Amino acid sequence: MSPDSPSSGGAITRDEVAHLARLARLAVTDDELGVFAGQLDVILGAVARVGEVAADDIPPTSHSVPLENVFRPDERRPSLTQEQALSGAPAAEGGRFRVPQILGEEQ
Amino acid sequence: MNDDLTRLSAAELATRIHSREVSAVEAAQAHLDRIEAVDGDVHAFLHVGAQAALESATLVDESLAAGTAPASPLAGVPLALKDVLTTTDMPTTVGSRILEGWRPPYDATVTSRLRAAGITILGKTNMDEFAMGSSTEYSAYGPTHNPWALDRIPGGSGGGSAAALAAFEAPLAIGTDTGGSIRQPASMTGTVGVKPTYGGVSRYGLVACASSLDQAGPCARTVLDAALLHEIIGGHDPLDSTSIDAPVPAVVEAARRGAEGDLRGLRVGVVRELTGEGYQAGVQENFDAALRELEKLGAEVVEVSAPHFQYGLAAYYLILPSEVSSNLARFDAMRYGLRVDKGASAEEVMAATREAGFGPEVKRRIILGTYALSSGYYDAYYGQAQKVRTLISRDFAAAFEQADVLVSPTAPTTAFPIGDKVDDPLAMYLNDLATIPTNLAGTAAMSVPSGVAAEDGLPTGLQIMAPALGEAVMYRVGAAYEAARDAADGSAFATRAPELEVRA
Repeated sequence: MSPDSPSSGGAITRDEVAHLARLARLAVTDDELGVFAGQLDVILGAVARVGEVAADDIPPTSHSVPLENVFRPDERRPSLTQEQALSGAPAAEGGRFRVPQILGEEQ
Repeated sequence: MNDDLTRLSAAELATRIHSREVSAVEAAQAHLDRIEAVDGDVHAFLHVGAQAALESATLVDESLAAGTAPASPLAGVPLALKDVLTTTDMPTTVGSRILEGWRPPYDATVTSRLRAAGITILGKTNMDEFAMGSSTEYSAYGPTHNPWALDRIPGGSGGGSAAALAAFEAPLAIGTDTGGSIRQPASMTGTVGVKPTYGGVSRYGLVACASSLDQAGPCARTVLDAALLHEIIGGHDPLDSTSIDAPVPAVVEAARRGAEGDLRGLRVGVVRELTGEGYQAGVQENFDAALRELEKLGAEVVEVSAPHFQYGLAAYYLILPSEVSSNLARFDAMRYGLRVDKGASAEEVMAATREAGFGPEVKRRIILGTYALSSGYYDAYYGQAQKVRTLISRDFAAAFEQADVLVSPTAPTTAFPIGDKVDDPLAMYLNDLATIPTNLAGTAAMSVPSGVAAEDGLPTGLQIMAPALGEAVMYRVGAAYEAARDAADGSAFATRAPELEVRA
């Protein structure tokens, strides 16, 4: 979504939901598009309230507990074995994850 | 058997096990039998690991028989584990089809600590998918039913853990709380639930919902039991970089002190913005009665204002979906979990898998988060929500200058009928109005039963909020209130739940 494709009158359209779903790799159905567009519209109307707060000079909080970078010694330590790492794979071959082709036909 | 072991508190059961009056195996078996008898109706559990539970209990008994001191004050006591924490000997599904049957190759730190403490893990409890929900109705495996009224929701996302306690299927449980998922189910089921300070309990092996908000914590039927469990699961973990490197607050001592019933010198702040309009009559009445009880115990009740709490819900439902849309990108059908082989490319398989594997609430939040993080909307939504988060933290800081703890009703209503709000996301979100500010600020809070509402006979909860790492004072107030309430009622609250039908 870009600033030059704003939603019409604050409402979120089916096309926008379809675009967002593509970005999020969700093959949503036609029915879902309609349902989600309506529901997301209501939700966005409610969450837009954050805009009512004058907060220009307020610093954002990403984490509630301030943390410094945490370092540890660069030492070898036990980790998953190859067998364990592959144990939940939908498909594996030769000790590696077997995946579908990465590029589509048109690419 | 001398009496029903499933009715005992965890502390009492531990005493009997450690004195060898009853065995850990008997305790485990009594709870497994209870699960067998009532869980068909309650559906608190997604998986019961009977054999592993009995083996673990056997080890405790053998160790005690050899004269070894118990591994912890709760060694041999059974527990129900929310299905969001990884376990090598049981599936971990997070209530989602996308992880159906997944056997994690590692234990969560919480799981490891429970095992090391000799606690018997009975099984994994039901939850809203990926902990997104307030009713457990968004579980891909069907809803959990509230033991107080089986046609009602048990709260969520940790409805399974809370219902297991209320149904006497376990005296202890683990929950996780991102916006109220421990406290709101506790309120709905008449049990105790604690959200520790963010970073107080390790998130290693906790399947992420929103990483900056998620926090695991103890659930029980009494404040002392929750405290005993808190000290076992809490504390620094090098495997979680957001884990706090400080001693666990002395919550057991605080709970014992609180039970003596003296709160003189303590200031209890009523948050003006978390009462009144929008709260069910019986919820408000019980809250007002709890305040009078706290005053009788010697506490000074003051009113405080937290003007930005009213924006908490809006900020939360921008920050959480944003983190969700990022965290759940890992479910890509390649390394673990479901794969739907539809389409030629990895991208098509991924999209088909996520469509089939995620339920409606998860999809809604992923789409919402993708929207909030989009360029052009980022500053207005996500950026602004993070600023509101700062203002809420400042409200807490100011309030804690006037009061040692803050209180409110935990949830605006009692348990509502299953199906009532499942298609109205915004109505569902309003359940978490009073619990969300604590998550945004990373502070601590708990819910303690505050009676049943006059109009429907269903439990209500008193929320007690404390500053970061201020759990001790919170447990003290909770235990004092609990003791006074039980004394006034003449019995422990959990025993007032209606009897469930026992099926052979």
